[in-house]
Amino acid sequence: MVRETLNRQIHHILEETLLLGSMVEQAILNAVEALKTRDIKTSKEIIDEDQIINDKRFAIENAVLILISTQQPVAHDLRILTAVLEISTELERIGDYAKGIARIVIKLDNESIPIPIRELSRMAEVGVSMLHRALGAFITENARQASQIPAEDDEIDELYNQVYRTMVNAMISDPTIIDSANLILWAAHNLERTADRVTNLCERTVFIATGELMEIDSSYDEDMDASS
Amino acid sequence: MTLDKNSSIVNPFAIEAENVSLYYGNFRAVKDVNLQIKARKITAIIGPSGCGKSTVLRSFNRMNDFIPSFRVEGGIVFHKKNIYDSDIDPVQIRQMIGMVFQKPNPFPKSIYENVAWGSRINGGKGNMDDLVEESLQKAALWDEVKDDLKKNALTLSGGQQQRLCIARTIAVKPEIILMDEPCSALDPIATLKIEELMRDLSSSYTIIIVTHNMQQAARASDYTAFLTMDDDRAGVMVEYDSTEKIFVKPEKKLTEDYITGRYG
Repeated sequence: MVRETLNRQIHHILEETLLLGSMVEQAILNAVEALKTRDIKTSKEIIDEDQIINDKRFAIENAVLILISTQQPVAHDLRILTAVLEISTELERIGDYAKGIARIVIKLDNESIPIPIRELSRMAEVGVSMLHRALGAFITENARQASQIPAEDDEIDELYNQVYRTMVNAMISDPTIIDSANLILWAAHNLERTADRVTNLCERTVFIATGELMEIDSSYDEDMDASS
Repeated sequence: MTLDKNSSIVNPFAIEAENVSLYYGNFRAVKDVNLQIKARKITAIIGPSGCGKSTVLRSFNRMNDFIPSFRVEGGIVFHKKNIYDSDIDPVQIRQMIGMVFQKPNPFPKSIYENVAWGSRINGGKGNMDDLVEESLQKAALWDEVKDDLKKNALTLSGGQQQRLCIARTIAVKPEIILMDEPCSALDPIATLKIEELMRDLSSSYTIIIVTHNMQQAARASDYTAFLTMDDDRAGVMVEYDSTEKIFVKPEKKLTEDYITGRYG
């Protein structure tokens, strides 16, 4: 078999990308659990561990650039490698969302406010499940599966709206909690954006498998996001 | 000679292979190749050793005629005529469809005489200064040799010799330039110079290049044809498409395996 060096190095990059993905999944789940238990110590650990996620993303990017420079990959090989550049960036950003939630836990300190934690936990659970299966579709190059995952975003959007209504009502009834309640909205926003990043990831899997660069329709409306 | 030279005005194809099979004696070296070469574009023919890509290239200007057992089936259509028809003059074909070879092969004469040679044997006489300068300019060699035109061509570097051979080909005003691994004897910088030259020339000429170097095909061509050997060792066309398509998302798995270096 020729090109064993290239095969081996691509395989290694894919493994590292999956590892980055599982680190990010864990970070999101840990961050929401820390919010639930108001665990400041764990939140600080999540913030520290984000540096490891960032470093791994750069290590993957560097490995891809070296491979492109030295091995001249084309066609399927090149599609995988350029997709990995995009996917590792998306994963790193999801890691930032986890860090953002951890920061919110610290900022909230132990202030007593009503947190719709059931909805937030469910958002994290669905988002991580989407991410997990999106990474599975990526590694098996299953375009069909990848193109179906983004539709699950609907449930997350609905939960986000519920959190939004709950927090706005809480702010109206007790204006002294506006700052803290706003932080909760940001936590929900981060979880909502996580699912959008998963959609981008799925688009790259479709690209690897088919060579087509296309947007997969999810219910997310970028215009609304920009105006909100 | 009955070639209708105006036919290329409406025909987007400079030359077309129609169900071409090429034989050396009883051995069928190439079978059923269809290839429509776009005018004033660069088409690369790639494929593993022995797949018949040079044989196909040479059939485009009847260079295979010199091999006694060679035989062609199907048609090579140029200006609406099959160039293998009995009323076609192969010498005129080779004037209109020139060839640059793997190793630079300048004549052991001056730079000037090398370029003027084609015109002289076609009856051109006297002062060829303009033709020589124009041809050397087009071949991107003029600036390097203009003060030494009387120098023996063999004193030039390999890359310069190859550009001289291209100037010699251009001087007889061909429509198509065939290149059979023109850079395989050159260093990387000389290779890139030839590739840039091909790009310049493609605004006026149709170029067909056979290359072993897949990255060269990817860098330098507009269209790529991938040939391989069938079970009976005859060369067959696997895929022919824009170079971008071939190197980004080829249709056939065989093509993918070959261009990614996993087969051949």
